[in-house]
Amino acid sequence: MLEIRLHGRGGQGAVTSAELLAVAAINEGNYGQAFPSFGPERRGAPVVAFCRIDDKPIKIRSNINEPDFVLVLDPSILRLVNVTEGLKENGILITNTKYSVSEIRDELGLKCGLAVVNASRIAMEELGVPVTNTTMLGALLKVKAIINPDSLAEPLRERFSRIAERNIKALKRAFEETVVDYHSSGV
Amino acid sequence: MGNRIGLEVSLSAAEAVKMANVDCIAAYPITPQTHIVEHLSELVNDGHLDAEFIPVESEHSAMSVCAGVSAAGARVFTCTSSQGLALMNEIVHIVASMRLPIVTILANRSLSGPLSIWNDHTDVMSIRDCGWIQVFANNGQEVFDHVLFGFKVAENENVMLPLMIHIDGFILTHVIEPVEFWEKDQVEKYLPVFKPVHSLHPDKPVTMGAFGMPFIFSEAKVAQDEPLIQSKSVITAAWKELGDITGRYYKPVETYRNDDAETLFITQGSYGDTVSLVVDELREEGKSVGLVMDRLWRPFPFNEFRDAVKNADNLIIIDRAISYGGQGGPLAIELRSVMYGEKNQPAITNFICGLAGRDMTIKDFKNIYQRAMEKVKGITLEEDYEYYGVRGK
Repeated sequence: MLEIRLHGRGGQGAVTSAELLAVAAINEGNYGQAFPSFGPERRGAPVVAFCRIDDKPIKIRSNINEPDFVLVLDPSILRLVNVTEGLKENGILITNTKYSVSEIRDELGLKCGLAVVNASRIAMEELGVPVTNTTMLGALLKVKAIINPDSLAEPLRERFSRIAERNIKALKRAFEETVVDYHSSGV
Repeated sequence: MGNRIGLEVSLSAAEAVKMANVDCIAAYPITPQTHIVEHLSELVNDGHLDAEFIPVESEHSAMSVCAGVSAAGARVFTCTSSQGLALMNEIVHIVASMRLPIVTILANRSLSGPLSIWNDHTDVMSIRDCGWIQVFANNGQEVFDHVLFGFKVAENENVMLPLMIHIDGFILTHVIEPVEFWEKDQVEKYLPVFKPVHSLHPDKPVTMGAFGMPFIFSEAKVAQDEPLIQSKSVITAAWKELGDITGRYYKPVETYRNDDAETLFITQGSYGDTVSLVVDELREEGKSVGLVMDRLWRPFPFNEFRDAVKNADNLIIIDRAISYGGQGGPLAIELRSVMYGEKNQPAITNFICGLAGRDMTIKDFKNIYQRAMEKVKGITLEEDYEYYGVRGK
């Protein structure tokens, strides 16, 4: 089972990202589970969403406290929230940032696997808004092919209809532009 | 079977209500039930479900509308949570006495105060004695299946009682997971058109919900309790038929690795799946542990429960509600009573946990197991119950 924790701000679509991943996995015939950090929705406040993917039924229903991957949608979260808390020893932090792997490593003192992409810029150029949830899915898939990228197309089209193609393009660009440093991770 | 799709449990619950082809929905939105009613109002508005959606001004009115609609012979659904249930409480008791087959989903949430929107079973236990058939669903698929099951059982002419499906708020209602839909013809075969035994009609006047003088009240109450007790045979038959269609066979008491287990966890609702993983881990550590999940809450399945625990030395009962000043959580109080007089009395420990959505992990349940073993070995003082993980105690 793979466990992914997503950090973003309320309104940025972290929950939607988790949902798209789970639905894509389910459409592939596997099992997916996505859920928000339960509570009142607060636009702009740091929020968390969770996603589990497995090839057998998922029974656990507690929060994800020891994720395999942490996906950070908003660069400002890195300095507010301890996003790598509980990250598995060979886990990978995947973040939206304009800085390089070594710059982020130095600033945050990170030893874990790290992937970076300037998702805000991609989202601005492709979507015209700094909403990075679909863009960051491209970064996640670059780090590990947890689902077939093509499986995301259908749930993306269902969800975004008119602007689906632009989201798919942003996702593909992130896939190309993400820089991954697996470091000590086992991936 | 129909399509297997990934969908939020609330939405698949609403889709099941649509497949049940209800005539009317009367509901008031309340967290965490909201997505169910929202989706139903969309389905009605968009013409996917030919039903009256009555957006009432309170939950008291919601259940009152359900009473009228059901008495007129129509199929009706509502759902609520916590404070909403508290507000509709008066009518919840009355519709049971009137033998009206209303189906309700209760998205389980703690009763205030302090004000909370999160999950526990304090709302469930507040209406334990309301005279409804009550079942717990442990995942999205079970929610979907039990909506159809609910109408089938409630409307059976030998039952004619309201039925409540308990689903954990947020832990289930807000989770996207796979659910297998039924085909339309499977639903039609399983759930025939509702044929009320009596219904309100101007051409054929009847009195429903009449005044009960002391000379008849007790008789009326026995006439209400007996069909509830007897509904168990209809319930098990409806589960059998559901299993023959879907391959999913449900039981009043579900068990997991219980046969040879010295110690059994006892759970209700969605904790069951998580605790089954705890059982697997403890077994790998050489511990003799199993799990018993109560699915049917009312009528309580006495024989099935006693049979499921008959080989166990210790029962660890997990409660998500409080009986203030009572002998533990409501489930533990009930089960101690169920086991009273049995030849082999297991040691019973009771833990109240997960109140207002406090996350319960595998590690937490393993801590509970550890603590329970200390208690039964007499390492610590025996207590009637213990709040798990509470600071300042």
